[in-house]
Amino acid sequence: MTNVPVSSSAPQAGKPRKKRKSAFSTRKVDHVYYWMAVPAAVVFAVFLYVPFIQGVGYSFTNSQGYGQSKFIGLKNYFALFIDNRVGHAYLFTFLIAVAITILVNLIAMFLAVALNGKILFKNGFRAIFFIPYTLAVLVIGYVFKYIFMTPLPEIGQALHINWLSQSLLTSEHYAWVPIVFLAVWQSVAYSTLIYLAGLQTIDGEIYEAASIDGVNPWQRFWQITFPLIGPFFTINLVLSMKNAFGTFDQVMALTQGGPDSSTETVTYLIYTNGLTGGEYAYETANAVLFFIVLAIIAFIQLKFFGNKEKI
Amino acid sequence: MTSVTISNSGSQGKQSTKTDSKWHSHRQVNWWLTAVIAVLSLTILIPLYFTVVTALKTPAEAGGFGLPTSWEWHNFADASAKVNYPKAALNSAIITVAAVVLTLFTNTFVAYAIARNMDKRFFRFLYYFFIAAMFVPFPVVMLPIAKQFGSWHLDNQLGLIMLYTVLGLGTNLFIATGFIRSIPVSLEEAARIDGASTWRIFWKIIFPLMGPINATIAILTALWAWNDFLLPLIVLTDQSNQTIPLAQYVFSSQFATNYPMAFASYLMAMAPILIVYVFAQRWVISGVMRGAVK
Repeated sequence: MTNVPVSSSAPQAGKPRKKRKSAFSTRKVDHVYYWMAVPAAVVFAVFLYVPFIQGVGYSFTNSQGYGQSKFIGLKNYFALFIDNRVGHAYLFTFLIAVAITILVNLIAMFLAVALNGKILFKNGFRAIFFIPYTLAVLVIGYVFKYIFMTPLPEIGQALHINWLSQSLLTSEHYAWVPIVFLAVWQSVAYSTLIYLAGLQTIDGEIYEAASIDGVNPWQRFWQITFPLIGPFFTINLVLSMKNAFGTFDQVMALTQGGPDSSTETVTYLIYTNGLTGGEYAYETANAVLFFIVLAIIAFIQLKFFGNKEKI
Repeated sequence: MTSVTISNSGSQGKQSTKTDSKWHSHRQVNWWLTAVIAVLSLTILIPLYFTVVTALKTPAEAGGFGLPTSWEWHNFADASAKVNYPKAALNSAIITVAAVVLTLFTNTFVAYAIARNMDKRFFRFLYYFFIAAMFVPFPVVMLPIAKQFGSWHLDNQLGLIMLYTVLGLGTNLFIATGFIRSIPVSLEEAARIDGASTWRIFWKIIFPLMGPINATIAILTALWAWNDFLLPLIVLTDQSNQTIPLAQYVFSSQFATNYPMAFASYLMAMAPILIVYVFAQRWVISGVMRGAVK
């Protein structure tokens, strides 16, 4: 009873093939395995798929989360499309998600290559750069909120830097900067770790061969390292973007959506208006729309980068 | 990479002085890179330093990066009293430990059953059934879950523990199945011939062999459950049940004017995991890395 043959379908000698057939296609599954997996599947359905379907159901009603409600068809969805506040939240979420994803991956890739290089205190630095991942975003967010509110503007005033001499958090145009900063600060750690794991799969002899050929560090990175960690780049891109689209704790800690709802992300809007603002059904419709948007983005990402990787 | 270099130069001898010097330069410390990394690490160390010194100042003195002139240790006691720190820490600890234990003792056998029966259509379906949920962003199910948990009387620690256990299943399955499939089936067959049941085989043979992957699952679950803010925010309705991040949230919206006390509170919120991390960072890093690669 070996477990591989699913993939090794190449017809070999007659004997193992016959054996495989008897061992697999008609193999009886010990019913204990069903007891291990099926109850979990039921619980999983109750906790995840049922709420999901319920959410879709609520999105067609005018429910406020309590009391009576009636079916109103696609009205919520039509309303979403002409709601400026929702439109702004999507635009804002999308823009910061792109900014966060790009910055996280650039910085993480640099850090990973550097932390994999010939530096002193390698393990110590790795330990330091991973600290942000172990901290609660909300709590460190409060620390950064204060830094952005008080010491930074003071430094800005002292150095006569105009844009810094007022708190970025109270500026309608720049309040996104601290949010992106905090998100990047916190999530670079995890991406760096994934890239480090990727770098360790590369055989050192490749670099030796390249150094004999006289490759410069720039070429070394773009023509050897980067293609070889391609799969890790894809994982990071998908994961960091998924996280960035869900930006919530950062907004909660830093701006609470302000000033003048300029930093509301979709997640933040769903939470505040859905649970405390009496727009329960409307925000579930928003959540369903959000799911569709994210599914499309994930699909494009995987399709695009999945294809590139094979080349 | 160093070991490769050494064995190469040993077996091949000297090819030419030029490549030899290249290898030497490779083995040397890159001072420039070390300096850049050291400067970059300040972006992490300075905010942490700032948190510590601010927590020890007087309200009038707060704001700068300098050391406090008088060390106000009582800030910690004051903050602890204000946020009811022992209660919140105990609550977070209970939720985290219970979520980790329950996750380890349930998610692993689900992964085992699926990994060992992937040739069967039903189990393959279950695999994708669990994995697919990784792509459902939490906000989509957030509102119905909040409503549901209220009506099921699960708007408490028990509900949170269950949520962490269930919502983590997709990722944990993803991490664990590959590992289980690399465990030779012959180990189980020997036990089976001796008359051991599947459950017994799982607990006596497979579960202990899953050590490294269990450590990964435990670390990821613990970090998540301890630091999470959104789930406690929507599930826990009773304020006396609040976790550490939730306590900081309530605290910050109510007493935000006394900054040193607020920072003492933030520092106490970060301290437990930082202390654990300082002692276990090697395992935490390798554990998370293992999870990332799968």
